[in-house]
Amino acid sequence: MISANLSAIFYLVSGVLFILALRGLSSPETSRQGNLFGILGMIIAITVTFLSVGNFSSGFIYVLLFILVGGSIGAFIAYRIPMTAMPELVAGFHSLVGLAAVFVAISAFMNPEAFNLGTQGNIKLGSLIEMSIGAAVGAITFSGSVIAFLKLQGIMSGSPIIFKGQHPLNAIILVSIIILTYFLCSTQSSNFFWILLAASFLIGFLLIIPIGGADMPVVISMLNSYSGWAAAGIGFTLENTALIITGALVGSSGAILSYIMCKGMNRSFFNVILGGFGVTDDTSNTSSKEQRPVKSGNADDAAFLMKNASSVIIVPGYGMAVAQAQHALREMVDTLKKNDIKVSYAIHPVAGRMPGHMNVLLAEANVPYDEVFELEEINNDFANADVAFVIGANDVTNPVAKTDPQSPIYGMPVLDVEKCKSVLFVKRSLSPGYAGIDNDLFYKENTLMLFADAKKMTEEITKNL
Amino acid sequence: MEIDPIIFRLSIFILSIFVGYYVVWSVTPSLHTPLMSVTNAISSVIIVGAIIAGLSGNSGSIFNTSNIFGFLAIALAAINIFGGFLVTQRMLAMYKKKKKDK
Repeated sequence: MISANLSAIFYLVSGVLFILALRGLSSPETSRQGNLFGILGMIIAITVTFLSVGNFSSGFIYVLLFILVGGSIGAFIAYRIPMTAMPELVAGFHSLVGLAAVFVAISAFMNPEAFNLGTQGNIKLGSLIEMSIGAAVGAITFSGSVIAFLKLQGIMSGSPIIFKGQHPLNAIILVSIIILTYFLCSTQSSNFFWILLAASFLIGFLLIIPIGGADMPVVISMLNSYSGWAAAGIGFTLENTALIITGALVGSSGAILSYIMCKGMNRSFFNVILGGFGVTDDTSNTSSKEQRPVKSGNADDAAFLMKNASSVIIVPGYGMAVAQAQHALREMVDTLKKNDIKVSYAIHPVAGRMPGHMNVLLAEANVPYDEVFELEEINNDFANADVAFVIGANDVTNPVAKTDPQSPIYGMPVLDVEKCKSVLFVKRSLSPGYAGIDNDLFYKENTLMLFADAKKMTEEITKNL
Repeated sequence: MEIDPIIFRLSIFILSIFVGYYVVWSVTPSLHTPLMSVTNAISSVIIVGAIIAGLSGNSGSIFNTSNIFGFLAIALAAINIFGGFLVTQRMLAMYKKKKKDK
């Protein structure tokens, strides 16, 4: 058994190691080392906890057993998961953090002596408030992430679920959670604790169902943030520095990512959270549905255009992930490079279903990260490029966002794809993208539509090069 | 008058939010997915609370409801810790620079 002061210092050390873990992610070279810092921090935190409890007689063997079982499941998932399923995985993991927070809170509520929080029915007021916050936020994270997971997996439809009185209902539940916390603190009755948990599970569920598939980057980042705040709430209850530091880090990290994602769509956070993109404001698209001429081509035409180009910019989107086309794409690019054609990749902040989704897929296909550029870095280059190859992206290339103030996506930063000499647009049909609006790019003089599955088309182009 | 220790914890919390703010803004956008998976892994440090819950009590009462919730939380957090760090490692190993030859 080690003293409380010593263990507090070790918790601080592990908190600092977690900061270094995030710091490492500022560049791919330092990132692997950063991850090791994170692992080291975790080992220190767990070891110190064992030493500070010091009671190895009773549950020790079960604790190890459960760590082993959970760890093997986690390791198995980590090795087996395909990179395209990363958004689902992260959503699933968030739900586990949330649920673990809820369980720890329940445990602390039922056995406060073990945590030095007073006795049952007589828990210190401050601890009870912290516990309620941790439990409520944890429960919201859990049920919200489960819905996000189901939507990303396609088990649940990605379209928003909206019903009458949704917002008032949510508001009532949120207010009742605060009132329940008050009663819980004043009466210490476990009934209020259970109702509080139930209400929190319910609100998490209700908050996420009205949010559509393409807004998932915001939702995942937001749930990431929640899982951090839940951990911090529990950290205050347990008076544990490592948990408080980590909770604050994760909470602010998720919040920043949500902000970046919202900015990438030019929407306010509340607009996304209140849900229903393209459902509430689909006035501008239905009126102009007249048939406009489209130039379509085949792999041969595309290969010809690219062979005669000196620079090509690739614009990947969610469709590439769905078609698992990243490897085929890399092979096509390899062939282009052999013909001395300069190739780079342009990534929109909200391409895909989570922040950085496209970057991971390209990295998986062995695309060097210094050929991959963010929107601001590459947007000026489109004017000098010969061919833009849009694969699986749609709304993020729509010039309407710059020209038509009536459009729901007006003001959203888009890739200036139309400035290229010619545009190749791989898409299965002319159907509009998620925002429910027509893409003007389809009808431009210099656009050649390639109607096919992204992977098949890319493979065929490679053959024709 | 003595300062309540909660004020110190609150100070750590607030300062950590600021540290998080600056550290996360310096993360390169191409690593945002690993950022999410690693934050996932580190937030599972909540396992320390679960371990305390699991180890509490004596051997006669090891299957108290409170212990059982502790054990469950340990398993969940362990999935996250191992899964989160390993998948991050797997992703980060894929980020390669352009080969200098050619």
